Amino acid sequence: MDIRTNPAFIRGMTTSRRDALKLAGMSAAALALAACGVEGKKAEAPKKDAVADFWAGKKQNGTLRFANWPLYIDKEGKEYPSLKMFEQDKGIKVSYTEAIQDNGSWFGKIQPQLAAGTDIGFDLMVMTNGNQLQRAISLGYLAPLDHSKLPNFAANAAEKVKNPAWDPNNTFTIPWTLGVTGIAYNPEFVDEVTSMNDLWNPKYKGKVGMMIDAQEIANFGMFALGIDPEKSKEADWRRAAAKLQEQRDAGLVRKYYENDYIDALVRGDIWITMAWSGDVFQQITEGKNLKFVVPKEGATIWSDNMCIPKTARNPVDALALMDYVYQPKIATMLVEYINYITPVPATKELVLADAAKAEGEDKEFLEQLANSPLIYPSDADLAKMRGYLMLDSKTDQLFESIFQPITQG
Amino acid sequence: MKRLTPYLLILPGGLWLAIFLVVPMVFMASVSTQEGNVVDGFTQTFNFANYADTLVLFQTQFLRSVGYGLAGTIIAIALAYPIAYWIAFKGGSRKSTYLLLVLLPFFVSFVLRTVSWKFLLADEGIVLAPLKASGLLPEDFHVLQTSVAVVGGLVYNYLPFMILPIYVALERVDPRSVEAAQDLYATRSAAFRKVVLPLSLPGVFAGVLMTFVPMTADYVNAGILGGPQNTMIGNIIQTKYLVNNDYPSAAALSFTLMAAMLVGIFAYAKALGTENVLEAAAR
Repeated sequence: MDIRTNPAFIRGMTTSRRDALKLAGMSAAALALAACGVEGKKAEAPKKDAVADFWAGKKQNGTLRFANWPLYIDKEGKEYPSLKMFEQDKGIKVSYTEAIQDNGSWFGKIQPQLAAGTDIGFDLMVMTNGNQLQRAISLGYLAPLDHSKLPNFAANAAEKVKNPAWDPNNTFTIPWTLGVTGIAYNPEFVDEVTSMNDLWNPKYKGKVGMMIDAQEIANFGMFALGIDPEKSKEADWRRAAAKLQEQRDAGLVRKYYENDYIDALVRGDIWITMAWSGDVFQQITEGKNLKFVVPKEGATIWSDNMCIPKTARNPVDALALMDYVYQPKIATMLVEYINYITPVPATKELVLADAAKAEGEDKEFLEQLANSPLIYPSDADLAKMRGYLMLDSKTDQLFESIFQPITQG
Repeated sequence: MKRLTPYLLILPGGLWLAIFLVVPMVFMASVSTQEGNVVDGFTQTFNFANYADTLVLFQTQFLRSVGYGLAGTIIAIALAYPIAYWIAFKGGSRKSTYLLLVLLPFFVSFVLRTVSWKFLLADEGIVLAPLKASGLLPEDFHVLQTSVAVVGGLVYNYLPFMILPIYVALERVDPRSVEAAQDLYATRSAAFRKVVLPLSLPGVFAGVLMTFVPMTADYVNAGILGGPQNTMIGNIIQTKYLVNNDYPSAAALSFTLMAAMLVGIFAYAKALGTENVLEAAAR
């Protein structure tokens, strides 16, 4: 029970014995007030030999603790076939946990331990290229990757995932899976959607879903105004915020969703919404009548990235898995289950080959997958896509203070 | 030795409170006056402006939370009192079964129970779709993402905390005192007003303590059942901590909320007469 609701506690506060205790506490408090604080340690600029320094003397231990998001790896019954193959091939035992629900709470959980330099219980984790990952990088929480041990990544990764602006030369991260934030809608209620402005269409009053994440929503506000989010400045943010506020004030937005928008869309609570490509693809293959579009003004492409916390006990084993999943064969197993954009383009042929072997519903599904612009986006779509703006610690607070009042008014 | 015994008795509990309550509170109090960000670190600058700033910025959510808490508490009393009364006086030998039924939903996780409401009350869900189809409700009628949904969720989730203390208080009322009142020519309603109700008020007070505070600080119901107009202060604190890593503002908001509720509760206790009420509340 919450201590504040405990009647015994309230009652205790009226007795003199408690008063004595309180006084003792107060003087301790005065001392402690001056002494304690939250330490922040900005990482020093990476040294030239940081990679060699980190990996010197690190050995493969034959065990790996992997933290990932729910439904983000191929699964058969209780087994993970791709991890099983990895265990057999490399002799590394993997304990796999669906520990991450969203970047914010995940970072909140691991931050104190990483700040203190202690083990977080995982050697490999998957984080989106947003604010929290940026913070983890600036705070020096991540191990620099030894690319000499990542030959499959070098050989098989799509050019577009190499050397991203937010992590030059893939110093700390390589992608697990990518996705697009675009618009999803139910064609039963909504006419064809081509533009961002459809999210501002008064016809859909109270039936529009938006996301609660400041960066996601900011990008959409900026696309709607024709601003390139990656190059935006404070004045652009304020204009975008005004545009989004207008949408909210007009009563268009039903709710600012975390990740539960897809249920709301399927149930009919909303008709048109910001959405992630993979979620919509999964619903479509389950026979739901939904559509996903990359609006003509643009959309956001993001990646969920594998990275090794600096305090990992088994970093060499983690690096081995990071490289292992970049084999086209393994990446195919993953994409066929996860249904998001794979960083390994060679998988498309393999999925088609699997489709040729399969029958019935499976065949149909695999063909749909290989030919879906949601999994293998066209070059024209890719050209319209932008990433999240990189924010340093100061602008980060400003950015959030501009967009948060919209979603949490 | 004898003189030390009482102090030895409070030692384990006292230590527990000191380590797990006082120390973190002092730490949070310190954080609430710091400045900085998670990357560069936070420094103690005794910046009490954090309190004023956040209070001004989030006054809407503060007032809304208190409003929802009050509304939820009043509805909970209105629902809980008759139930508790019925179990206490008409429950007979099945009292414990009825109490178990009241508590039964608690065997399922709080979040899960709240999420199920989302499915029940969906715009085209099993409750609303037939009503809309039969023309009893307009097409664009909805319950989710309204204040009604949030307050409803609060009442639903905290109702047993109101029923149980009221039941305990009513249970202790001797039925013969009602008979005595009637012997003295009190009508049934007068007997209730002059005998049963005053004797059960401490239970109501305990119930209010156990529901108003968590309701006001709740963020799950507003998060799951509410919309853009229903954000409560708990949601803000959660976002400040977990998404923005803005610990000073979050700590300042928490302390402001705590202070506001303590003031409210002490005022309430004063109005009802602290002595009896607190004693009964602790039973």
